[in-house]
Amino acid sequence: MQTTIDQLRIGQSATITDFDIEVIPLKLIEMGCLPGNSVELLQIAPFGDPLFLNINDSYLAIRLETARKIQIELIQE
Amino acid sequence: MSDQNIKVALIGNPNTGKTSVFNQLTGLNQQVGNYPGITVERKQGFCNLPLGFKATILDLPGTYSLNASSLDENVVIELLLNKNDKDFPDVVVVVTDVENLKRNLLLFTQIKDLGIPTILVINMSDRMELKGITLDIPYLEEQLKTKIALVSSRKKLGIDNLKKLIVDYNNVSTEPCLNASSIDPEYFGGLKKAFPNQLLYKLWLVITQDVNFSNLDRKTIETHNFAKSPSDLKRLQQKETIKRYQFINDVLKVGRTIDTENAKDFRSKLDRVLTHKFWGYVIFAAILLLIFQSIFDWSSIPMEFIDQSFASLSSAAAENLPPGVFTDLLSQGIIPGIGGIVIFIPQIAFLFLFISLLEESGYMSRVVFLMDKIMRRFGLSGKSVVPLISGTACAIPAIMATRNIESWKERLITILVTPFTTCSARLPVYSILISLVIPKTRIFGIFNTQGLTLMLLYLLGFGAAIFSAYILNKILKIKNKTFFVVEMPNYKLPLFKNVGLNVLEKTKAFVFGAGKIILAISIILWFLASYGPGHNFEFAEKIVTTSPENANLSEKEMEDAIASYKIENSYIGIMGKSIEPVIEPLGYDWKIGIAIISSFAAREVFVGTLATIYSVGGSDNEETIKSKMQAEVHPITGKKVFNFASGISLLLFYAFAMQCASTLAIVKKETNSWKWPAIQLFAMSVFAYTVALIAYQFLE
Repeated sequence: MQTTIDQLRIGQSATITDFDIEVIPLKLIEMGCLPGNSVELLQIAPFGDPLFLNINDSYLAIRLETARKIQIELIQE
Repeated sequence: MSDQNIKVALIGNPNTGKTSVFNQLTGLNQQVGNYPGITVERKQGFCNLPLGFKATILDLPGTYSLNASSLDENVVIELLLNKNDKDFPDVVVVVTDVENLKRNLLLFTQIKDLGIPTILVINMSDRMELKGITLDIPYLEEQLKTKIALVSSRKKLGIDNLKKLIVDYNNVSTEPCLNASSIDPEYFGGLKKAFPNQLLYKLWLVITQDVNFSNLDRKTIETHNFAKSPSDLKRLQQKETIKRYQFINDVLKVGRTIDTENAKDFRSKLDRVLTHKFWGYVIFAAILLLIFQSIFDWSSIPMEFIDQSFASLSSAAAENLPPGVFTDLLSQGIIPGIGGIVIFIPQIAFLFLFISLLEESGYMSRVVFLMDKIMRRFGLSGKSVVPLISGTACAIPAIMATRNIESWKERLITILVTPFTTCSARLPVYSILISLVIPKTRIFGIFNTQGLTLMLLYLLGFGAAIFSAYILNKILKIKNKTFFVVEMPNYKLPLFKNVGLNVLEKTKAFVFGAGKIILAISIILWFLASYGPGHNFEFAEKIVTTSPENANLSEKEMEDAIASYKIENSYIGIMGKSIEPVIEPLGYDWKIGIAIISSFAAREVFVGTLATIYSVGGSDNEETIKSKMQAEVHPITGKKVFNFASGISLLLFYAFAMQCASTLAIVKKETNSWKWPAIQLFAMSVFAYTVALIAYQFLE
């Protein structure tokens, strides 16, 4: 199912399929946020933002507004 | 050959233990300074290698890639592109973390493209067993075209092997490990033809980064029809990154196996508590409380000892040296001045200790995560928490720490409000004033009221910072392209050596930096207080002794009267008297006025200034600074100068006023204009004066 990172539940994994290159910073790409790589939502900060993710074995946090711009395909369990 | 010195550059992602490797290689043999012209810290160390070789090791700022996005990262790329730089390395050592190998290798493959011998350090090898990781080192060495040192800087393993590899650096391949230019063969083919003598990747970096190297700048390349639009460039950079990751993934698929059974661990459990919506904040508040209690309570014992020692040193100098101008200068100017700064070493060391522990352990990133949403309401970023907390040590490194805030507006606001946080230079002022005007009792038997007052002042500083950020966020019209990426590193038990070295280095820098200013100011002050213009000063003794109202004074009282008459008519007395009308409504006398003026060089000068002024006036050298201040009485009202109302007013003034020339200079550097520091100076000073005025008039 196609969706975006902000729709993940805690513990859920997905594969990154696409994102808007104009709004995604190069730094995030360099941290491993690339089409084909896996992403898992580990934790949501109090008040719902930012999100704590495991992207391609990198542990990092991004804000909701960025997460909304990254498309993913859910991995079926 | 045996006295050859090898230049080594240490490079790596943040959180790979690069600094630990540096500390293991160099021990205490380090020099810390700045890169010329910029405020990026430059760390260099020396180490002995096998076969009589020596190495100079440069610890470059941590960076995620060669696509620099900050001043710190720029240092790395500028050095590696410039063969003529005196620091240009013979060999690069890239430090990676075995648990983050995939991401850490990105930087490695970029550096490999620069044609410099490059050694790969895989650090934290002691965690491999725990994590179920096995590595095929010969395969990795072959694929990555390098030599690998498996190191555990924590357990001190593998350092000797690394030293051997450094000696042998000529045998390390300078070939790239992948062909990144295949992402656009046409473009890069043309580039290669136009500049046959240059490395392709260097040309690419010059185009994308806008840095210059050896007479070749971006414009020259672009005039050869190689210009591309920014979004095309970004698209190519993305393709390049994907290409590199594909290569890394392929290599690691064969060269590394992970037994995932061990994967779920301690880290996620700890994260669940430390970033919990209730416990996360409780723990954070408890840690802050612990820091403030330690600063006030635990450091009072060594501080009293230092205070007493300097007082007796002063009187020993006065008694044992031949009387004269130099002895006076030493016992009344220099020694009390230096004592005024040395006494705060315990508190400052405690502060740096805690900040260093929070950063080393990985907890600081959790605070960023926890606070981001809240801070954003005030126009700040979660990353502003780090400057605001390290601002409790010193605003200068704190303002430099804003460099990793991606949004300019959030960064500018953080820079502007950081000086409100209670820096260690305010501590001397706070602690002496608190001990003078706040009674020492305990609430519920645990909390020391003086400690609580101090904590309140810290909270007030944070409050002022947050409040002004909120206002600035409303006023400033800056178009805002925000994004936010923060790495959440693994939790680590802080290494004693790293923390210890950090505390030592920071405390030393503070004491010597501030010490120089304080020494200079105390000498000037002593001079101004010991000499005066004209008749009144010259004949002070005669005027006082012959005055009819002094006829009944005892010998001791007469001495004091002469001394205070003298200081009132000295240069400093005249200067102080002239500003007295401005500060009188705040409850201060002219001596405090002098201390406030000299505080504009640096706040911590306050105590030293008062110490010098009172020493010159006083006749008994055994008194400590505190008891001298305690005894000070207003000549007209007969009330204590440091009473509750004036004390609180003074505390508030110091809490809010912008009194630090170095901070203004750094704000100018970081914002590239005098506009922002000027606004800071004006707004903070007016605010401080107003609040202090209201407080004094209300309490009086």
